[in-house]
Amino acid sequence: MTPGRRWALLAAAAVLIGAAGGMVRSTYVLGMLIFIALNGMAALGLSLVMGFAGQVSLGQAAFYAIGAYVSGVLTASYGWNGWLSVAAAVLAGAVSAFLVGLPVFRLSGLLLAMATLGFGIIVYYVLVNWSAVTGGPSGLTGIPPLAVGGFRFDTDARMLWLAWGCLLAVLGLAGNVVDSRIGRALRALHGSPAAAEAAGIATTKLKLGVFAVAGATTALAGALYAHYLTFINPSPFGFAFSVELVVMVVLGGTASLWGGVLGAAVVVLLAEGIRSLLPLLSASHAAAEYEIVVFGLVLMTFMILLPGGLAGLARRAA
Amino acid sequence: MTAADQLAQYLASGLVVGGVYALIGLGFVIVYSVTRVINFAQGEFVMLGALLMVTFESRGLGAWAAFALTIACVAALGALLERAAVHPIANAPGLTILIVTIGASIALRGGALVVWGTDPFALPAFSAGPPLHFLGATIVRQGIWVLGVAAAVFAGLWFFFTRTYPGTAVRGCAINARAARLMGIPVERMWLLAFALSGALGAVAGAVIAPITYATYDMGLMLGLKGFVAAVLGGLVSPPGAIAGGFLLGVLESLSAGFLSSGYKDAVAFVVLIVIGLVQAAGWLPWRVAEEGET
Repeated sequence: MTPGRRWALLAAAAVLIGAAGGMVRSTYVLGMLIFIALNGMAALGLSLVMGFAGQVSLGQAAFYAIGAYVSGVLTASYGWNGWLSVAAAVLAGAVSAFLVGLPVFRLSGLLLAMATLGFGIIVYYVLVNWSAVTGGPSGLTGIPPLAVGGFRFDTDARMLWLAWGCLLAVLGLAGNVVDSRIGRALRALHGSPAAAEAAGIATTKLKLGVFAVAGATTALAGALYAHYLTFINPSPFGFAFSVELVVMVVLGGTASLWGGVLGAAVVVLLAEGIRSLLPLLSASHAAAEYEIVVFGLVLMTFMILLPGGLAGLARRAA
Repeated sequence: MTAADQLAQYLASGLVVGGVYALIGLGFVIVYSVTRVINFAQGEFVMLGALLMVTFESRGLGAWAAFALTIACVAALGALLERAAVHPIANAPGLTILIVTIGASIALRGGALVVWGTDPFALPAFSAGPPLHFLGATIVRQGIWVLGVAAAVFAGLWFFFTRTYPGTAVRGCAINARAARLMGIPVERMWLLAFALSGALGAVAGAVIAPITYATYDMGLMLGLKGFVAAVLGGLVSPPGAIAGGFLLGVLESLSAGFLSSGYKDAVAFVVLIVIGLVQAAGWLPWRVAEEGET
């Protein structure tokens, strides 16, 4: 996609979202759109790691949690300014990803996936056990919403603007990176690490950089999540969410920046769709339980029929 | 209790849990060596083994009949998973197959939730009686059953892999699938066999551990991950390695729960996972953890 076309597309998306924030009254729909943006941001980071650096992280929920808890603890327990704490959260996400990546990126493929899996689960146990700071299993309350002067992002419509604004900005920036020299180096890396190395690309440094950027965007999403809900506890940041993020990226298609966002939309809508459709089909109270069966089956069917993801399908149709 | 007794106690309970991790780890190893697939649903096989065992026994089946029926059901399910989901995309990238097995594990967990609900189920120990005392440690009778059944399974697998034709064929596929095909080994049927075997192993692990831990619909995830760590500890393609890895992990967990903090007990496995990765990267491991694509 040319830079011009991309910015036009982003501007169109911004106008649409702005209008949606003004017109949609249902907090249910707004909440769903906000979660698409937050998950999309986290998935975007991961799709850079998976699609462009060719690595799989099974612990991405840890960076979401780090973002949420750093910003949450700084504002709720220490009275920091909201934006300053979000900045600190993003920095913490980038730094922790860098530190994890430093030893780990000498590994490849499966070993890297394992190490990130381990990191994700360890962070989860720290959140549960380090009660003095994180509030333990019962969580952290009283996180203030973000505000600019007297304008507080405390309604769903305002949060929608903020979340989608951040997502579109991140998309635009990431698009620029992908089209740059670094992006070409990344694609070379994905194609063949050995050839990229031979062509003079510092592959380890590059992978580390991508991983740090993914940590930062995922932490940003986590921080916004904390200020949106004003309450956090460890349970949404477990291994299941890491898996869900990988699923979003793969569903959307790894080879495109929009893929992750598309995948996030599909996963959120699919979960909601199943939740609202199932009670119509069966009168029993077990609907909530059938939901995860259907989700698993749809996921399997989808991957079997469409191994390239949705973005792959769109490319084939075009 | 003296410090030596305490140590003996932790070692004993660690070995019992380790036996279960070893069984689950073997399931990962058998599937991975033949197919290069990490079967994420392995932990769900364990969960189904535990819950089916409870159900069959409470319906009045004898313990041995229930055990046999449980193993047969989960083995058939493993085979079904291979035929219906893995086989059609056998040539897709590893990540795609991984996501499919993740989907299967989510669906199986949901299915168990529909059938059994969220209640934990207790299973009576295989044989009644007071706990046994051995070298200062106290072991519940079921612990002896776990170790005995695990040992019998290990011996049976050793016999199968080294002394029978199908076992040798499976090993052939694991070493080099293309050469195995050229030798006339039906590689596709070996994939099926590997998944059925891993289902059976999961079922055994679930059935023997149910009297110790309670059976719940969501027990599979953690047990599966622990079994995976056990398999990785042993190099991921080595059955003896997975057995050793399982026992080592069980003992490490038990020691850290006893001497450090029980809150972080479950994190031990994942610290181990990271450490193996780092140690391998530094080239200090006497063996290698197999990577996708290697033969």
